[in-house]
Amino acid sequence: MTTNKFYNAIFAAGITLILACLMIGVKLDTSGTQLAVKGATAAQWGWIGGGIAVVFLSQLFTSQIDALFGMIPKPSISTMLPEEKKMAILKPWLIAGLIVIMVIWPFMVSRGSVDLATLTLIYIMLGLGLNIVVGLAGLLDLGFVAFYAVGAYTYALLSEYFGLSFWVCLPISAGAAALFGFVLGFPVLRLRGDYLAIVTLGFGEIIRILLNNWTNVTGGPSGISGIAKPTLFGLEFTRKAKGGEDAMTFHDYFNLDYSSSYKVIFLYLIAVLLVIFVIYLINRLMRMPIGRAWEALREDEIACRSLGLNKTAIKLSAFTIGASTAGFAGAFFSARQGFISPESFIFIESAIILAIVVLGGMGSQVGIILAAIVMTILPELAREFSEYRMLLFGLLMVLMMRWRPEGLVPMKRPKLELKQ
Amino acid sequence: MSEFSLYLLQQLINGLTIGSTYALIAIGYTMVYGIIGMINFAHGEIYMIGSYITFIVIAGLVSMGIVSLPIILIIALVIAMFIASTYGWAVERVAYRPLRGTNRLIPLISAIGMSIFLQNSVGISQGFRDVALPPMITGGWAFGDPADFEVTVSYMQVIIFAVTFITMTLLTLFISKSRMGRACRACAEDLGMTNLLGINTNKVIALTFIIGAALAAIAGLLLGLYYGVVNPFVGFIAGLKAFTAAVLGGIGSIPGAVLGGLVLGVTEAMTAAFFPSEYKDVVAFGLLITILLFRPSGLLGKPEIEKV
Repeated sequence: MTTNKFYNAIFAAGITLILACLMIGVKLDTSGTQLAVKGATAAQWGWIGGGIAVVFLSQLFTSQIDALFGMIPKPSISTMLPEEKKMAILKPWLIAGLIVIMVIWPFMVSRGSVDLATLTLIYIMLGLGLNIVVGLAGLLDLGFVAFYAVGAYTYALLSEYFGLSFWVCLPISAGAAALFGFVLGFPVLRLRGDYLAIVTLGFGEIIRILLNNWTNVTGGPSGISGIAKPTLFGLEFTRKAKGGEDAMTFHDYFNLDYSSSYKVIFLYLIAVLLVIFVIYLINRLMRMPIGRAWEALREDEIACRSLGLNKTAIKLSAFTIGASTAGFAGAFFSARQGFISPESFIFIESAIILAIVVLGGMGSQVGIILAAIVMTILPELAREFSEYRMLLFGLLMVLMMRWRPEGLVPMKRPKLELKQ
Repeated sequence: MSEFSLYLLQQLINGLTIGSTYALIAIGYTMVYGIIGMINFAHGEIYMIGSYITFIVIAGLVSMGIVSLPIILIIALVIAMFIASTYGWAVERVAYRPLRGTNRLIPLISAIGMSIFLQNSVGISQGFRDVALPPMITGGWAFGDPADFEVTVSYMQVIIFAVTFITMTLLTLFISKSRMGRACRACAEDLGMTNLLGINTNKVIALTFIIGAALAAIAGLLLGLYYGVVNPFVGFIAGLKAFTAAVLGGIGSIPGAVLGGLVLGVTEAMTAAFFPSEYKDVVAFGLLITILLFRPSGLLGKPEIEKV
């Protein structure tokens, strides 16, 4: 048994050496027109050696390591929370307190952190939208960023060509993204799940290529700039009012001194409002028959069909609602940035959103909110590791699937128990 | 022949060249799908790694002073196939095998993670920028009137056809004649039953990943030499195209993958003939969606019946 393990470990270490020797050990180098190679530095060989040693040891001591992991106590969220009855009384107060804190908080911190918080809220919105598709309905959507792009461009174009305001465009953007989702989902959702993954991936690319090449409408790679910011009942947040005769600025109306942080805080508050709206909506949907049907279909498609559920309609509804959430987030994103280009809507973005959903725990809203916070704030803190960010994302996705596929905060179903 | 039809002929040749490499990559998708019913998302990255290894080996051999072109190419091919197969095996071992028997979504996500990981690890170790290799095989045959329009078939294109043809023949022989090939076909038919009959299905599954990766490495070598540039992101789009080819021909069917690859290559080349070349990707994915809409089982595939 032990010798067997030893051979296994040697084998794994050898494989690691083969994998690393050319790809890491040798570096391509262009010298003039000729291509040359140079060997890795001693430090790099040190890393390779270290990696091989880690693989060797982990293979040799697999059972011991597993036992060690088993000894780590797994904190269970449900035991830390108060009892169900108490919880029911506490919950509204907790939520109200949280909302109050979220509203007061931006007035006490710097502009940069409010801005970061707004970005986090956008990712929360996107994560929640994708969660409907991936987590609840079990459909793998790898082109989610396409719907985000549709929402963003809908607002940008409507505001540029027709001068429509943000608040008018918000539902239109969501509707446009939903329409795209419907049109794409209709043919594909009848098929097996894996096809959907690839088709959505391709769709994301198509949207990006179209945006890049349809230069006279979308501005091509240079994008659209000068997108109008949202207003508060017609009050602008610029230094001087731009919107014609009777336009007023926010600081004039309230007799305040001009400060650019009003705008940032205002945008943040809109984001909070949108996130609360999305969470509320999804929570209602999850308790509706359609939400139950999503989950049922994810668990067992054949059983659902034999119970008379129309699987295409149910999947399509999840796909469309998820897409409309992305459209929502997209419209807000373009209003916040004031500038969008196809660069913002690449596949990596879809992968990050998927990583948020996977990390948070598919289906769990609390988990996704936490994961979105972690995923947006960590890269900000570790700027010098930005090169390794996607590498770690990838590794994290593999490791999470292997050891904790249910995510950081596993989903809890809304349920009623019969007390006897 | 008129100038226009000569132009179309040229596009057809170019399309078949690209299409045959798509077919090589598509076989990897189709074989894995045929046996475990999953998409190997990291397959495109294996192709990219094959391209990189080719470049590294060629640059290394040239700097060592070896000038004989056939020797360089054969050594590059062997090393690229060997290392890419190891990558393919490792992907199966890390991202697929531990997750067998779980919800279908889970291995898919871990494979996407693997794909992102490989893409970025290559980017970090070799740089994210394009790496260019000076053309090694130049020249070709030209037909037609030079004053009018000349159809050229470059030696590189001929090599691509020849290598693809030889590879396909060997693969077909292997699948239809050898013991292991028979085991592969049995697994594709019914994995559980094959296991019961005493065939080590784990080995067969690993073998399909290895064969797929080796073919992807061949495609990586050929396309790397054909285009002369490689960057860590080439695998993404090539993988998508090859998957489209596999679906087009009917996923799970090897002749289907070849047919799908050729059809896709020609369609793309013809699109590039009439529209700006950026739109050829749009047409390829449009084709994928259309196929799924009207004939989800592909050109040569069998309709799938879902069992409880």
